[in-house]
Amino acid sequence: MGEVLLTHKLEGERLELAAGGSWTATHAGELEALVERVAGEAPEAKDVSIDMAGVREFDTFGAWLLERLTRQWTKSGREAVVVGLPEHDLGLIEEMQGVNLEAVPKPVRQNPLVNSFAAFGRAGVDFGHDLVIFAGMLGAVSVSLARVVLHPRDYRLTSTIHQFDRVAWQAVPIILLITFLIGAIISQQGIFHFRRFGAELYSVDLVAILVLREIGVLIVAIMVAGRSGSSYTAELGAMKMREEIDALRTMGFDPIEVLILPRILVLVVALPVLTFLGSMAALYGGGLVALLYGGISPEIYISRLSDAISLTHFKVGMIKAPFMGLVIGIVACAAGLRVKGSAESLGLQTTNSVVQSIFLVVVLDGLFAIFFASIGM
Amino acid sequence: MTKKNAVIKVRDLEVGFGDQTILDHLNLDVREAEILGVVGGSGAGKSVLLRTIIGLVPKRRGSIEVLGVDLAKANEAERRALERRWGVLFQQGALFSSLTVRQNVQFPMRENLEISQNLMDEMSIAKLEMVGLTPQDANKFPSELSGGMTKRAALARALALDPEIVFLDEPTSGLDPISAGDFDELIRTLQQTLEITVFMVTHDLESLYTACDRIAVLADGKVVADGSIANMLESEHPWVKTYFQGKRGSMLADRQMNA
Ligand SMILES: Nc1ncnc2c1ncn2[C@@H]1O[C@H](COP(=O)(O)OP(=O)(O)OP(=O)(O)O)[C@@H](O)[C@H]1O
Ligand SMILES: [Mg+2]
Repeated sequence: MGEVLLTHKLEGERLELAAGGSWTATHAGELEALVERVAGEAPEAKDVSIDMAGVREFDTFGAWLLERLTRQWTKSGREAVVVGLPEHDLGLIEEMQGVNLEAVPKPVRQNPLVNSFAAFGRAGVDFGHDLVIFAGMLGAVSVSLARVVLHPRDYRLTSTIHQFDRVAWQAVPIILLITFLIGAIISQQGIFHFRRFGAELYSVDLVAILVLREIGVLIVAIMVAGRSGSSYTAELGAMKMREEIDALRTMGFDPIEVLILPRILVLVVALPVLTFLGSMAALYGGGLVALLYGGISPEIYISRLSDAISLTHFKVGMIKAPFMGLVIGIVACAAGLRVKGSAESLGLQTTNSVVQSIFLVVVLDGLFAIFFASIGM
Repeated sequence: MTKKNAVIKVRDLEVGFGDQTILDHLNLDVREAEILGVVGGSGAGKSVLLRTIIGLVPKRRGSIEVLGVDLAKANEAERRALERRWGVLFQQGALFSSLTVRQNVQFPMRENLEISQNLMDEMSIAKLEMVGLTPQDANKFPSELSGGMTKRAALARALALDPEIVFLDEPTSGLDPISAGDFDELIRTLQQTLEITVFMVTHDLESLYTACDRIAVLADGKVVADGSIANMLESEHPWVKTYFQGKRGSMLADRQMNA
């Protein structure tokens, strides 16, 4: 430290520079400032000599800054000579002389306003693309399903069972817990508000209908989208990144049949099962709160339940479940296959997968509501 | 030749995973400003040795000293200071996939040096040209590179801070012979001009002949032979014999003799 890196003095029409100390990466910041200052020095000088004899350490950073200095002078039509470089550093200077900065394509800067409009437009176009991809995936899955129906022996049962374990079985505890809590909360709110009219018992109807028709299946679908949809996307995306999917294809396997069909079928089966379990947990939670908070005894709760609910309510919930599983599976797998080379795109597609599948699940629920209303269910 | 002091000292090293022992009482010295080639069969533990030296794989026993610092005893600050003084080229490149090639090379500079963006841009281009990439490649993302280009870009990143030691894990695998030759020459040039120490894992006999000053052979978890090519050709160890005196080995040896 404290060494003088660069000194200059003017001798007639000749600018003489003497370098010293460490011309290395560690001092690159200081050196750069010095070099820039010296480059503007003494415009009247005709030629420049740089004496490097005093330099103790030298690396590519030093070499480049020296090269930059000589380039600047040569460009303004003056002559620059470098003297006193040790033999073994010449190779480094040679490397630096070959560096051609002109060939570097400059990154294009765009107007931010134009950019934001472009992004808006692109989002619209992307949405259209997403729909097309969704339809394409649905078609591809149907084709491979048809093939499996014709040749059931080709179906990958082991993989399916493995996926079922991960997606359904391992999800049971968390789904039971959440739906239990939701049932309890609905029941508490119902009792609290109906109590003013002395109609606490109707809170049982509220819990039963809401849970069986809507909340049970929706909560489960959202949980599964966050839990399994995201992991589908991440798995398939990572496989895509490491060319594993291309490898499968070259070995004559259809990635849709090997990877995607079992995953989607598992979701289609798992969602009704989880919905059923979730709904039961919610009713149980509701009953517990009814007893502890509303003083409704279990016998009354159950008899009220059997009055309030019909098989229709139950069917409405259960019919929706497999469709929601299908939507989640297709969105998640399609997003996985859209992952490009970078880790960032993997993250982006995983987010997309969860957001889109939750959105579509809600939209689907709305469409079903209209449908059931019109057929009087 | 005067014997230079060792910049990497590995003593009695034992490394294993589960109940499998990969390196068993291994001793190795890497001397200042030399290019050491490490060879050994696939799965012999070359990459594991490299990763243990740079502190990525925990060791069971033994000591490792790099540039006079024992990583196991160093505190956080000493560790970081040491890590700045070496560069690593991983077997798979390990470029950051969400950064362009140029940003990858600039990454260590940005974190460790206080220099302007302008200088960083120029330096990254210079480094890329040094390793044989064109400036057009600078704005590409790692997923858009060929295998050989990935190797080169990763080398440029390893060299970003002008380290004192570079660790190279199979730098020439996956390169065409001409590029591999250039690569060896580049490493030679760098070693001569910057006086860096190179620890190079390789399967490439050509590299061993043209680039390496010394060779260490890894087998059965130990260094079973080390020294110059001439020493290797004299060695009695069966693996070393097959490797250097097999068909490909002796062809190169003959060429070396005749040259
Ligand atoms: N993280 C790990 N966990 C368990 N075993 C490992 C791990 N990393 C390496 N191994 C094992 O250590 C042994 C040595 O592996 P290593 O990668 O060092 O081989 P190598 O000599 O570099 O081979 P190659 O020339 O093929 O690259 C292998 O048997 C490998 O299975
Ligand atoms: Mg290896």
